[in-house]
Amino acid sequence: MATAHHDEHPHGIGRWLFTTNHKDIGTLYLWFALSMFFVGGAMSLIIRSELWQPGLQVVNPHFFNQMTTVHALVMVFGAVMPAFTGLANWMIPMMIGAPDMALPRLNNWSFWLLPPAATLLVISLFVPGGGPDAGWTLYPPLSTQTGMGMDFTILSVHLLGMSSILGSINIIATILNMRAPGMTLMKMPLFVWTWLVTAFLLLAAIPVLAGAVTMLLTDRHFGTHFFNAAGGGDPVLWQHVFWFFGHPEVYILVLPAFGVISQIIPTFARKPLFGYVSMVYATCTIAFLSFIVWAHHMYTVGMPMGGQLFFMYATMLIAVPTGVKVFNWVSTMWRGSMTFETPMLFAIGTVFTFTMGGLTGLMLSITPADFQYHDTYFVVAHFHYTIFGGSVLALMAAVYYWLPKWTGHMYNERLGKWHFWLTIISFNLTFFPQHFLGLAGMPRRIPDYALQFTDFNQWSTVGAFILGVSQLLWLYVVVKTIRGGERATDKVWEGADGLEWTLPSPPPYHTFAVAPKIK
Amino acid sequence: MKRLRKNPVKANRRLAVKLGIVTLAMFGFGYALVPMYDLMCQAFGLNGKTGRLEAQAAAAKPVDASRTVTVEFTGLATTGLPWEFKPMTRKLEVHPGETKEVKYWVRNTGNETITGQAVPSVAPGVTAAHFKKIECFCFSQQTLKPGEVREMPVRFVIDPALDKNVQTITLSYTFFNTDKAQAKRYGGEALAQSGHDDHAQHRPSSTPGS
Repeated sequence: MATAHHDEHPHGIGRWLFTTNHKDIGTLYLWFALSMFFVGGAMSLIIRSELWQPGLQVVNPHFFNQMTTVHALVMVFGAVMPAFTGLANWMIPMMIGAPDMALPRLNNWSFWLLPPAATLLVISLFVPGGGPDAGWTLYPPLSTQTGMGMDFTILSVHLLGMSSILGSINIIATILNMRAPGMTLMKMPLFVWTWLVTAFLLLAAIPVLAGAVTMLLTDRHFGTHFFNAAGGGDPVLWQHVFWFFGHPEVYILVLPAFGVISQIIPTFARKPLFGYVSMVYATCTIAFLSFIVWAHHMYTVGMPMGGQLFFMYATMLIAVPTGVKVFNWVSTMWRGSMTFETPMLFAIGTVFTFTMGGLTGLMLSITPADFQYHDTYFVVAHFHYTIFGGSVLALMAAVYYWLPKWTGHMYNERLGKWHFWLTIISFNLTFFPQHFLGLAGMPRRIPDYALQFTDFNQWSTVGAFILGVSQLLWLYVVVKTIRGGERATDKVWEGADGLEWTLPSPPPYHTFAVAPKIK
Repeated sequence: MKRLRKNPVKANRRLAVKLGIVTLAMFGFGYALVPMYDLMCQAFGLNGKTGRLEAQAAAAKPVDASRTVTVEFTGLATTGLPWEFKPMTRKLEVHPGETKEVKYWVRNTGNETITGQAVPSVAPGVTAAHFKKIECFCFSQQTLKPGEVREMPVRFVIDPALDKNVQTITLSYTFFNTDKAQAKRYGGEALAQSGHDDHAQHRPSSTPGS
C-alpha cells in the first residue's frame, strides 16, 4: 500500500471543487450549512424586528411573508439537513472503519448541487413579484397564484431534494457495504444507526415532495389542475401529499441529532449507553410511525371522525419510542462520573429542550385541543423547541465534540461554555413566551398583532437578538480552533469510545486504507 | 480482507441502482396518491362533492317527518364571469327523504354571449354524500345572451341516513366562465375543460363527483 503519501492532497480551489474525499466533502457541507444558518438567522431577525411592536414598522407584509417562508426553507433544507449530512460524511467512514464513502464521485456531486440550489432560493427574493410567500409548506391556492419567485423555489427544492437523495444512497451503501470486518450491524455506533434509518426516510419521503412540487409547477404553467378547484382539483390534496413528506421530514431532522446525543452522553457520563438495543428499535419504530401520522398537521381541514381518531392515536404512539430514548439518556447519566464540558452541556440542553418540544407535540396531537392551537404561535414555539432545541443544539454539541478530532486543536472551553449558556438562555427567552402567545390566540405568519401580545413579543425579540449575536461567538470559537490552540490527543475525551478516537487528531487525509480489527 | 475492500465497488454500484429504483418508485407513489385520494373521497363522501340520484329512486326514499334539516343556499360568480348570480331561496326547512326544489337567478351583465359552468359544494363536507341532487343547473353548461335572465332549478333530496347530529347543510355554487380567453379579459380564471374531472363533464351516470 502506498501509505507513504497518504497525507497528500491537491491544493487550491481545485481541491474543493473536484474532491472525492469524505473529509473534504464533510467540511464543505458543514461550512455550507453554517453559512446558511447565518442567512436564515438574519431573516428570522427581520421577522423579530417587525414583531417588536404592533403595527407595521420595518417591512411590508408581503416581504414579511417572504421572510417567514424563506427563513424556514433555508434553515430546514440549507442548514440542518446539510449539517447532518456533513457530519455523516466526516464521521461514518471513521466510525465503521471504512476508507471513504461508498460512492465518492456521487458524493462530490451531492454537495455541489447545494450551492446552485441555495442561489436559486436567494435569487427568488429579487425577481419581480418577490420570493415565495406562501409559507414553507407552500399551500395552494396561494402557491399556485404567487409570482415567479415560486418557480425559483420549486426548482431549488428539486435540487435540494436531489442532493439529499444522492447523499442518502451514498450513506446507505457506505453503511451496508463498507463496514470493517467484525463490525456487525448491532455493533455500530448509534450515530451510524440513526443515519441509516434517516437515509431510508429521506429515500421514501423526498421523492414524494419532488412529485408534489412538480404537480405545483405543472399546475402553474402547464395546464394541469391537481390543486385547482376550478379545474376539478383540490387544494387539500396538496396538504395530504406535502405532509406525507413533511412528517417523516421532521424525523429526518431529528433522528441524526438523537444519534449525536447517544454518542456524547456516554462519553461524559463515562458509562456505556444504557439500552443500546432498545435505542435501535426505538429509532426504527419512530421511522415507521412517521409515515402514518401526516394528517395531524391538518386536523382542521374537515376530516371524518374516524380519521381524526386514527391520526390522534397514531401520533400519541410516537411518544412511546421517544420516551424510551429520553429514558435511556437519563439512565446513561444516572450514577455516571459526569463532567460538564461544552459538548455535554449542549447534549444535556438538547435532551431538556427537546423533551419540552415533545411534550407540546403531545398537546398538539390531541385533535380537539389542536383546533385551538392550530396555526398559532404555540405551534411555532413547539417546532422551534424540537428543531432548534433538538437538532441545532445537537449539531452544536457535535461540533464541539468532534472539532478537536477534525482540527487537532482543543477549542477554548471558557468561550464554549459562554456560548452554551448564552444560547440556551436566549433560546428559551425567545421561544418560551411564544407558547403563551399561541395559547392566547396570536396567529402565526402575521406581521402585525393585537396590542395585548406586545410584552411577550418584545421578550421574544430581545431573546432572538441575543441568540443571533451569540452565534457569532460560536463562529469565532470555531475559526480560532481551526487556526490553532492546545494540541488535542488522539482520544480527546477521557471517556470516548469508538474507532474515530483511535485515529490521530487531526486524522490523515486517508484513513482506514487497511480495515481495523473489531473486537 | 483485501477481497472485501476491492469487491465493494461493484456491490456499491448495484445497491445504488436498487436504491435509485426505490427513489423513482416513491416519486411515482407521490403521483399515485392523487387517484387514491379521489377514490377515498368518493368512497367516504368527503370533500363536499354531492351525491346524485334519479327521480324514481328519490321518490322511493321514505320521508322522515320526525326531523327537519335547515338547508342554506349561496352562490358566487367568479371574476372571470360577468354574471349576477344568487339563490332565490336563502333557506329552507326540509324533512330527510322529501324531494324539494329551489331556484337560482342569473343575469348576464356582459355585452356578449357567455357560457358558464357552476361547481357545487356542500358544507359540512361529511354530509355531501347524503345530499342527493335529482336535477341541477350544474349538470350542464349554461349559455346566456347579453342581458339574458334565467331562473335555474335545483331539485334535491336529503338521504334519511344523514347523521342525526347534523341540523344545517349549506349548498353553495361557484360559477365559472368556460372560455379561458374570455375569462382572462374580465380578469379571472376559467373552468378547465380538459381532463378527468366530474365537475366539468357531468355525465349523468358519474355518481358522487357531480
